[in-house]
Order: sequence, then structure tokens, then C-alpha cells
Amino acid sequence: MALPTYASPLEKLWYWTFRVICGLVFLFLIAPILIVIPLSFNIEPYFTFTEKMLALDPDGYSLRWYDGLLTFGMQMPDAPRDGAWWADVWHNATWVNAAKNSIIIGVFSTLLATFLGTLAALGLSRPEMPWRRAIMAILLSPMIVPLIITATGLFFFYSMTGLANSYIGVILAHATLGMPFVIITVTATLVGFDQSLTRAAANLGAPPSTAFFRITMPLILPGVISGALFAFVTSFDEVVVVLFIAAHDQQTIPRQMWNGIREQISPAILAVATILVIVSIALLTTVELLRRRSERLRGVTPG
Amino acid sequence: MADITTSDTPGLTTADGRPLKSALAHAQARAKRRAFFLVLPLLAFVLITFVLPIGQMLFRSVHHDGFSSNMPALSAWFSENPRGTVPGEPAFAALAADLDQARINKSAGEIGTRINYDLPGTRSLFTSTARNADRLVAPYKDSMLAVNAQWDDARLWETMRGASSAITPNFYLSALDLQRAPDGSIERVPPENRVYLMLFERTFLLSAIIMGLTLILGYPVAHLLAVLPLRTSNLLMILVLLPFWTSLLVRTTSWIVLLQSQGVVNSTLVATGILTDETRIQMIYNQAGTIIAMTHILLPFMILPLYSVMRPIPPSYVRAARSLGASSWCAFRRIYFPQTIPGIAAGALLVFILAVGYYITPALVGGASGQLISNLIAFHMAKSNWSLAAAIAAILLAAVLVLYWLYDRLIGIDNLKLG
Repeated sequence: MALPTYASPLEKLWYWTFRVICGLVFLFLIAPILIVIPLSFNIEPYFTFTEKMLALDPDGYSLRWYDGLLTFGMQMPDAPRDGAWWADVWHNATWVNAAKNSIIIGVFSTLLATFLGTLAALGLSRPEMPWRRAIMAILLSPMIVPLIITATGLFFFYSMTGLANSYIGVILAHATLGMPFVIITVTATLVGFDQSLTRAAANLGAPPSTAFFRITMPLILPGVISGALFAFVTSFDEVVVVLFIAAHDQQTIPRQMWNGIREQISPAILAVATILVIVSIALLTTVELLRRRSERLRGVTPG
Repeated sequence: MADITTSDTPGLTTADGRPLKSALAHAQARAKRRAFFLVLPLLAFVLITFVLPIGQMLFRSVHHDGFSSNMPALSAWFSENPRGTVPGEPAFAALAADLDQARINKSAGEIGTRINYDLPGTRSLFTSTARNADRLVAPYKDSMLAVNAQWDDARLWETMRGASSAITPNFYLSALDLQRAPDGSIERVPPENRVYLMLFERTFLLSAIIMGLTLILGYPVAHLLAVLPLRTSNLLMILVLLPFWTSLLVRTTSWIVLLQSQGVVNSTLVATGILTDETRIQMIYNQAGTIIAMTHILLPFMILPLYSVMRPIPPSYVRAARSLGASSWCAFRRIYFPQTIPGIAAGALLVFILAVGYYITPALVGGASGQLISNLIAFHMAKSNWSLAAAIAAILLAAVLVLYWLYDRLIGIDNLKLG
């Protein structure tokens, strides 16, 4: 949208003001996320830039909060850093255990959500699907219903069925929460999917399973993977349901952060936040690359 | 023979001789079943792990048998005697018998807790009277009034009547700041005890403010992204999508770091001389904190639907309006803006639905004045007042479902896009 040559001075002024406004909104979106990164290297336990940091003096920076992530909860944090020390980290460090829990729960709930979600998306995209609208509304509702209501309902349900305080309970709940994202991304990939491709495969003698794995699957795989990543992030970031139904020793990263923020916020939280921001940048890049690949495969004009 | 000729009149059969119509119907039914069986596993999964628990929660919001199951004799007396009967000796005898049984079963606390929900401050009345229930003698009325004169309170008897059946609407009354008067009619609770309606109002008001702010901030950005060349706008889109992908707790933490009184914003303002150390602004742990953080968190949900509506609008429409003599404002207002209304509706509804049920951010940055109705549900859950929590959750759920239905009618739930 280049400025036309006939624009009046007032329009020129607006053109540039508009860009400044948009720039400020972008700053509002991104600055709060990036600000935690330099602050997590602060040597002082403050949440603001010290003079040394502003002067880019190396003495103002340190990795002490990252180190604290490893040592917090250890039995012998001051021992020499050999194999035994690292074993201690692996078994006892609070944040490491939280990360392990988060990953276990995330991976299993993602597998479940992706498998069931992809299957359902294949059915929902067929033109013959009966009651599509109503079923779609039910399947997507876990995304819309406030988490606190879901958590309350699950709390009653799990305490009755004995699933409370178990990994299975949290995994099932997170699979329910992640599944709508799989449905949305996979059905979006299936829109404009050329049904004559599978018919051609059948025509050439492929049984339905071969047609699915050799023709359909490669084409919808980008959508499936990005749906899976969405589901994983949903589980990895979820804290309300975990607070309500998980056992006390089932700490996950967001739950540990939640505790940290509620009790006494320390820069260690910022170190975790920085790691999570880097993870989300990596995930976003993956999803973006997958989306472009999917568009290329389907012959949509590349972005 | 005649039959065959009539059925053959359309003349179309498949290769194996079946009429085409029935063969087609058969094939379509099979295709339908096949599609449905693909969806069935997930549908069953969601019904069991999501719909059923919520249904159970709804049941709990109208059901509580802490009183009725432990006070059988008194509950029977209530069902035999209509409302308005003055409790006489038989009623007190039933009460004394039940309390004596409660002493043996150690269930007086449960009974008292149930009555305490509707009439605060009565739990100890039940526990203390039950403790000495074996010393109650006929005439029971005088004997019980001698222990505690509160047993003659008409409001207490009305509350017990309400609790004497397990199915009760009373938790909904409490959730709407209502209570039963001694004569059984419904009245508002005294002004100093009204909290729930105020919190519902605040939740909807703050959600509307956040919705308005995201629209004001999101509209120009979505417009810019829609008119820039795809290559540039895809790059800028990353700035919108990164917050979307970043953990909610990280974003909330960032706002605490930025806005707290020793935080980055205040320190910068002090360092530049705009503020002094004494006039640092309290921007967090209050309503302002909730609004700022939630606007930031929900902004991508406004920008993405707006963008997907704005992108396909041909720029030639506005140019045509300009060439016909419209000022740039007039061209925007009469040509461009009306075409973006579907996007505004989609974004605004989505943001509002998500904002109404928010829990984490208000709990962490809201302080006392920035708490929303979700926080109250969590509060009552923590206090084990489960039926009241379920009733408040049910009211919130009803509101969200109405908005969800509206969204589905206006925009269509399958048009939801993620980046």
C-alpha cells in the first residue's frame, strides 16, 4: 500500500501516524515477552535493569538463576559437579522433575489427542457426515468452556472414579483440551483436498488402507503435525486442571511457576520463562514451515 | 410379471440387476455410517471425559444430601407438615432424635455445614447441641431451647425445611444473592452480604472493556497486515503469533515484571524524571493489572479473525470510492468498514467468551479488585463449598454457551482459524 502521488498533506501525515500506531501495538505485543530474556541474566535479584546492565558491563550479568534452576531441590547442591552431582540433579531438582512430568503428560496426551482428533477430522470432512454441525460444536466445546468449569467438573468426576491424583487422569483431561486444535488444523488441511486422488488410487487397485497411508496421509501430515504441536503446547501450558486434579507431588512446569509467582517471585521464574520463550519460538517456526509446506503440497499460492 | 414391468419402468438398474435408486441409497447409507464411525471414538471420549463430568457438576449444583440423609425423622416431619406450620413438640422430638443419632454417627458437622451454607454462623449450633443430645429429655422443645434459644428461630426452621430434600435450588439462590425469608418467599440478601451479582457484573464489564481495547488495538494492525505484501505481512505476523504460542504464565510473569512498583516501567519513569520514588504508580495487583495483561493475552484472538476477513477485501473498492469523490474517511466508513464487520463480530465474540472465563491472570495480577467470577469458583472449591461453586459455574457456563451458540450462528464454529 504505497502512498499514492495525489495524497494530500493530511493523508501523508495520517499514513505515517498510522504506521507509528501499528508499530506501537507491535511493541505492546512483543516487548513484554522479550523483556524477560535480558532480565533473567541479572546478577541482582531485581526485576529491573541495573546500571551495570545498561552499561553492558559483563559484571552485571550472570547465569546464577539458571544455575538455581538445577540446584533448587537438590540434596547436595554444593558437591563437586561430577556424575553424582548430575544424577542428583536428574532425580531431585524440583524444576527438572517438573519438566519431566510436563513432558510425560504432554507427550501422552498429545498422542491420544492427535490419534482420535485426526480420525474424527477425516470423518467430519466427508460430505456424507451426518449431524456435522452439532457434533462439531460438541467436539470443539472444550476449547470454549472456561477451564475453571472443566476443572471443577473433572474434580467431581475423578474423585468419584478414582482417577484423581493419577497421571492417567491428567493425561485424559489434557487430551480432551488439546483435541479441538487437532480437529481445526486437520480439517483446515482437508479443505480443498482433492478426493479424486484417492479415487485414482482405488482405480489403480490400491486397497483403502494403502490409499490412505500412501496418498492421504502424506498430504495431511503437515496439518496433523501442527495440530499435534498445538495440543502439546496446550498441555504444556495448562495449570488450572492440574491444580484441581493432580496430586501434590505431581508438579509440572506451569504449576511450579504458578507456585513461584504466588509465593515469592524470584528471577529464577524469569530464567524458566526465557527457556519457555525459546521453546515457543522453535515451535512457532516449525508450525510456520509446516504451513508453507502444506500450502505448497496443495498448490495454494505460497506465502 | 406385472410387478416386474412396473418396477422396471425407470429402466435403470446396476450391473447386478438391482434398481439404481435403492443401490444408491444403500451406498449413501454406508458412506454415512463410515464417516460416523470415524468420528465415534472421539465423540465417545469427549462425552465421557468432558460432557459427563460437567453434567455431574450440574447435578451437584442442585443436589446436596448432607442434611436430608442424616436427619431422616425431621425430614419426614417437614414433608408431612406444609410450610407455615409452627414447629411443635413432635418436630422438636424428631430433631432431638436425629441429633442424637448424629452424635453416634459423628455426622453433626456435615449437617451443620449444609445449614451453614444458607444461614452462616449456625454450624456450631448443630455440633454443640448434638454433642449433648443424649441429655435431651421430653418435653423436647423446652429442653432444646434451654440448650440454645436459637432453635426457635423461624429462619433456621425455614432453612432446615429447604435442606430437608436433597434436590434444592438454594445454591442458585445464594449464587444470585437471594435467600429464603422465614415465610418461604424469596428475597435479596442484606446489601452488605451481596457479592456474587457484583462479581458477575464486574466480570462482564471488564470483559467488555478488554474486548473494546483489543478491537481498538487490533483493528489497525490487522488492516496493516492485510494490505502489506504477503512476504512482509508474514514476517510481521510472527510478532502476533509469538505471544499466541508463548506460555500464559510467561506472559503474566512478564507483566508483573514490567508493571510492579519496583518494575521496569516505573523505574524507567523514575529514571527519566517523570515520576519520583514516592509517586510510583500502582499498575498491578488491581483492576488495571487484570485489564492490561488480559488485553495483551487476548489481542491475537482479535487480530487473527480480523486479518482473515480483511485480507480478501479487494483494494479496488476503496479506490473506486475515492475516484468517485469520496474523502478517505468517507471511503473507509462506507466502503471498507462494513466489509470488515464479520471479522469484528468473530474477534469480539471470541475475545469476550475467553475473557469471561479467565482464571489464571486475574488470580495472579488482579489483586482484590481485579478478581473475576472464576476466581470465586476456585475460592469456594478450596473451601469445599462444592455445591455453591457448582451453581456459580453453572451460571457462568450458561452464559458462555449462549455466546458460543451465537458465535456458531453468526460465524460458524468451523470457521475458527489458528494462525
